[in-house]
Parts: sequence; C-alpha cells; structure tokens
Amino acid sequence: MHRIHILIAMDAHTISQGARSIKDAMSRELALAGLADEVRVVETGSLGIYDKGVVLVVFPDGVYYVGVKMEDVSEIISEHLIKGRIVERLHYLDIPTEEATMGDKSARIGKQVRVVLKNAGVIDPESIEEYIAHDGYEALGKALTEMKPEQVMEEVKASGMQGRGGAFFPTGVKWGFAAREKSDEKYIICNADEGEPGTFKDRLILEGDPHAVIEGMALAGFAVGAHQGYVYIRGEYRMSINRMQKAIEQARKHGLLGKNIFGSSFSFDLDIREGAGAYICGEETALIESIEGKRGEPRNKPPFPPSVGLWGKPTIVNNVETLANVPQIILKGAKWYRSMGTENSPGTKVFTMVGNINNPGLIEVPMGITLREIIYDIGHGIPEGKEFLLAQLGGTTGGILTREHLDLPLAVDSLRNAGAGMGSGALLVVDDSQCIVDLVKTFVEFFVHESCGICTLCREGNGRLLEILERMSDGKGKQDDLRLMEELANAMLRGAFCGLGQAAPIPILGCLRYFRSEFEQHLQGACRAGKCELHAENEAAA
Amino acid sequence: MPDLNKIDKIIKSYENTRTPLIYILKDVQKEYGLLSDEILTRVAKKTAIPLSEIYGVATFYSLFTTTAKGKHIVRCCNNAPCHVKGSKEVLDHIKSYLGVETGETTADGSFTLEFTSCLGLCAVAPVMMVDNEVYGNLTPEKAVAILKDYKMKGTSNA
Repeated sequence: MHRIHILIAMDAHTISQGARSIKDAMSRELALAGLADEVRVVETGSLGIYDKGVVLVVFPDGVYYVGVKMEDVSEIISEHLIKGRIVERLHYLDIPTEEATMGDKSARIGKQVRVVLKNAGVIDPESIEEYIAHDGYEALGKALTEMKPEQVMEEVKASGMQGRGGAFFPTGVKWGFAAREKSDEKYIICNADEGEPGTFKDRLILEGDPHAVIEGMALAGFAVGAHQGYVYIRGEYRMSINRMQKAIEQARKHGLLGKNIFGSSFSFDLDIREGAGAYICGEETALIESIEGKRGEPRNKPPFPPSVGLWGKPTIVNNVETLANVPQIILKGAKWYRSMGTENSPGTKVFTMVGNINNPGLIEVPMGITLREIIYDIGHGIPEGKEFLLAQLGGTTGGILTREHLDLPLAVDSLRNAGAGMGSGALLVVDDSQCIVDLVKTFVEFFVHESCGICTLCREGNGRLLEILERMSDGKGKQDDLRLMEELANAMLRGAFCGLGQAAPIPILGCLRYFRSEFEQHLQGACRAGKCELHAENEAAA
Repeated sequence: MPDLNKIDKIIKSYENTRTPLIYILKDVQKEYGLLSDEILTRVAKKTAIPLSEIYGVATFYSLFTTTAKGKHIVRCCNNAPCHVKGSKEVLDHIKSYLGVETGETTADGSFTLEFTSCLGLCAVAPVMMVDNEVYGNLTPEKAVAILKDYKMKGTSNA
C-alpha cells in the first residue's frame, strides 16, 4: 500500500520542459531514500497549469508544485515527503478544482467546470482500472444492458449537444442520419486531426483520458449500428497516438472492445489511423479520403458522410471533445447536461487560451461565459501592462472580436450575430503592441501553406492576398489595395470549394472591418506598432 | 542504388490493412530517408496503384519528402499564436545562424529548416521542433543554443 502518490503531468507541454527527466530522477531518489514502497510516482495528463514548467501534485495533501527543476527533486523528497514541510518556493495555489460550482462568482477558478476534463490530470491515463474506478465504461454497460440503440440516440439528441469540432451541428441529429441508413457496414470516425492554430484541447483529452473517447465511440457505434471505428490522429501527435494505442489494447483485453461487449450481441472494435501532415484532413471528407490512402482533398457534398462516407458506407465523423462528452450524457442524462450552458448552447466548452495572456492554457467553462471573464478572471489579463487589442476565437479561420465584444456571452447564437463562431475553441488574445497587417499576414501565410489546391479561389486567392499584404508592409501598397482585398475575400467566402477556403477570409474581413484605419496608415507609409519593414525604412530615412 | 527489397517486405506487412498507402509510404521513408522516384516506382509496381496517384500522395502531405534532407530537420512555427509571442525574431536568428532560408539545407548537410503549422503547444509559444523533439518558450538566444547543441552532438558522433 502506498502512503503517498505523486502525480506528474506528462503532456507535450511539460515534456518540452523536462518532465520526463524529473520523473526519472524522482523515482531514482525515492529508491535511494528507501521510499519506493511508500511513495508511488504516477504519470498523468495535463493538470491544467501551463507556462509554469514541470508540474506535480503530492497526494493525499493535494499540494501542487510548479517549475520543478532537477535540483528541486531531492528537496521535495527530504522536506515534504520525509519532514512534512511544504516547499513554499515551488508551491502553487491557483489550482483548478473539480468541486467548484458554476454560479460561484467569488472564486476565480470557480468559473471552470470539469465535465470533459474531469479525469484529465486526476487519473493515470495509461490505466484502464483507474478510468473504471471513476465511473468509466459504466455508461456503455448501462446502454448495452438496459437501453435500445434508439434510446441512446434520443438521449444525445435531447441533450442538445452540438459537435465540438467547430461546426456545432447537433450530434444526435447527425447520428440519426446514419442510423436510418440500411447498410451491411457503417463506421464511426473520431476526428483527432487537430491542427487549428492555437488549439490543443483534443490532444490533452487524448493524452489525459483516452478511454472516455473509446467509450464515446462505442456508444456512437451502438446507437447507429456500426461495428468498426477509426481514430484519425495527426501524425505529429506522437504521444496521443501512443496513449490511444495502449488504451485500445487495454479495452480489448477487458472485453470492452471486441465481440459481444458486456455479454450483449453488440460487437465493436477500433483502430488508429495516422495523418501525415495536412491541416485540410480535419475537414471530414478530406479525412475520409486520407484514411482511404489518398490525397486529403475534400469531396463534393452532398452526399454527406452519414449516407456515403468511408469506403462508400454510412459514416459518422465526430470530434474528440464531442465523443468524450457522450458517456456522461448517457450516465447522467440529457437533463443534467442541459443544466449547464445556455438554452441554445447547452453543456460546457473546452477553450485553449493562447497569445498575449498571463495564464495561458486549457480551460473548461459553461457555454455563455463572457470574453472578459475568460481573459481577465481565468486568464489573469494581459502581460506587461499592455492593452487588449483583439481576440480571435476558433483558430485561424475564426472571427475577430474587439473591445466592444468583451461582455458578449460566448454561445453559438450570440457569436453568430457578432460575425464570429466558437470554432475549435482556440482563443488567441492579442495585445496592442502587435501590428494588424503583420498579424493578418501570418493568417494568410498559414492558408497558403495549408490550402489543398483543388479550387482556384482558395489556392490563388490566398496567394494574391499574401502578395498584397507583403507589399503593404514593405511600404509599396497601392490605394486600391483595400478594395481589392475585400473583393477577393468576399469571392472566396462565397465561392471556395470547402469550409477551409470559405472560412479563410473571415479573419481578414474582420480585421478590415475593425482596424481599417491601420491598413490605411500602412498605405501612407506608417506602422503604429513598428513591426513592418516600412517602419524600419522610415527610420533609416529620418 | 539502395537495396529496394525492403520495400516489398513493408508492403507485405500491411496486407491485412485496408487502403494502407500512407502507412506504407511512412515506413518506406523511415527506411530510406526519402521517397525518390525509383522508390515510388517500386511501391507502385508492388501495390498495383498507379505511380501518378502515389506521387500525388507523396507530395501532398508535409511529413513526406521526395528530396534528401539534412541530418536534422528544424521545424519552426510562425502561426498567429507563436507570432504574437515573437516567433519571427526567433526564426530570423535561426536563419542567420544556419545561413539558410526556410526550405533550404545547410551546406554541410547538418540541418534543413522548414516551416511547420501549429503543433498545439501554444501555451509555451514560440515553439520549434527538431526531429521529434519539441522546444517551447523560445527566445532567439535559446533557439540558437539548442541548435548549437545538436551540432556539437553531431560532430562528436562522427
């Protein structure tokens, strides 16, 4: 029996800060101190604390340490574990709590709720036993022994959950399309081709709680009548692939994947498919093409995948976060799910806060929270005393929100009215030291890099937009350029082949709308922020 | 001319996988370091997939390469979240240290510099990836120091 557990966050963020060697050192020094039988070191997913180096928690005390370096390991052991004295120098108090209630405005972290992330950073993601101990696979058991497939689907429909991949299409409705198709084979695909800049929620769910995704997929399979699923993970996410592979093998060993699950007549199995580096494969039909071993170019729609998908069969493609919500909806019911969020946007949403913000990272909050609450209460505001300039919500295809939107409730309908969307849940905060033209250039460079090239408007349109922006920041912009950009962007919005090409101009049009004067300034040879080439030239001339 | 027989073995290992082309190309690239014309021709012959289609796939995905690369591949992100945290300055310093532009390989063949799209490590932006390792919270000095380390390791191995 272990007296103490040390949880060490092992995700790509902390690994890049040296978590792996800290864990090894911890195990080594515990053995040297003769504590190996008393103290167990457990790897866990993200603990929800970022930008603070290596993070670990000592249980049962619940003491969080951040910025742990190699030289701190022996001090933590000798002070905390042996003498029971907290190492104050590394102690971190601003911790996310599971118990915090939604309405509690007094607690800063109280604005966070953990539904999708309830196990992330709590359990060892490589242990199916720990997932099971936290009600894992209970929803699947309930569905297979007490419910009919239609009841599972109806529950998800009644919850009003909308797909968390960015389009926010009602998940239960999508399932219904595939359920009514008659076919000898149907497929469930988990879209884990996360590539929207600023987004890493799916990675942290896969790394922190892979079994929740497996359980969600099995439930989806039961609801629509599919027996095979694929988790499509981008090739760059090595750790997610490894964790998911391990989780699938464990689930098979426990009879939770495979034939006659829970002694029922339902059989379901899963395989991983790896991407090979293409942002466009996040688009569901491009993803299907990629699994089929082809170039990831989007298909014509209709037919939509629930009718004609992978290898021509009815296919459901759901995002990681969507699937991770499903077990809890089945276990706790649609009514419980609807108690969170707003009437038209129920549930919680996982956001990743990035950019010029004091406390970047992953948060889960009820739908309807305001931008101000996220940025200033949870995110601790803008660093170095700078001012908020804009936020981009939903990744690089996301809309632009400015100071006037700070008190807008973040829900699907209210955002739509503001010309934005929740998208992938990435929240990029930009301070007033940044140059708008320079920023928009990075958006467009991304699309030039990631356009798949099949349609002219996206392939050529982004290229021409970049040309215009480059000459603008070189001080060679023409008076007609703003009109030209708008015309081109509007044509792409209406005429590009797929969602990527249609969404690419959204942030450009947003910036032109809210920061037009700054573009005009560049045409006159000045850059407010001093980031552009023309600024340097001006200074040289002066 | 490399020994192409290993390609046949790789293809055979996927005989139970439906539409495995991307997996085959990944393993083949791991074995040979690149997907040259002769390699792709062999894959086409053995899989009975048209060479044009295979070439299309090999040139579509950014993790595949049809040309030889340096010993280490440095992938820098300049997407918006890294950009607002100063990735451009980091990239400029890396370029001048290596003496190459993005997409080029150093004269001694030790480094290839590339762009990458977002790696999902934005909470520790700016970031870069060297081979399979990721490095966050970069400053121009820190980035160059990391590359110097790789170079040192490279010469000690030789």
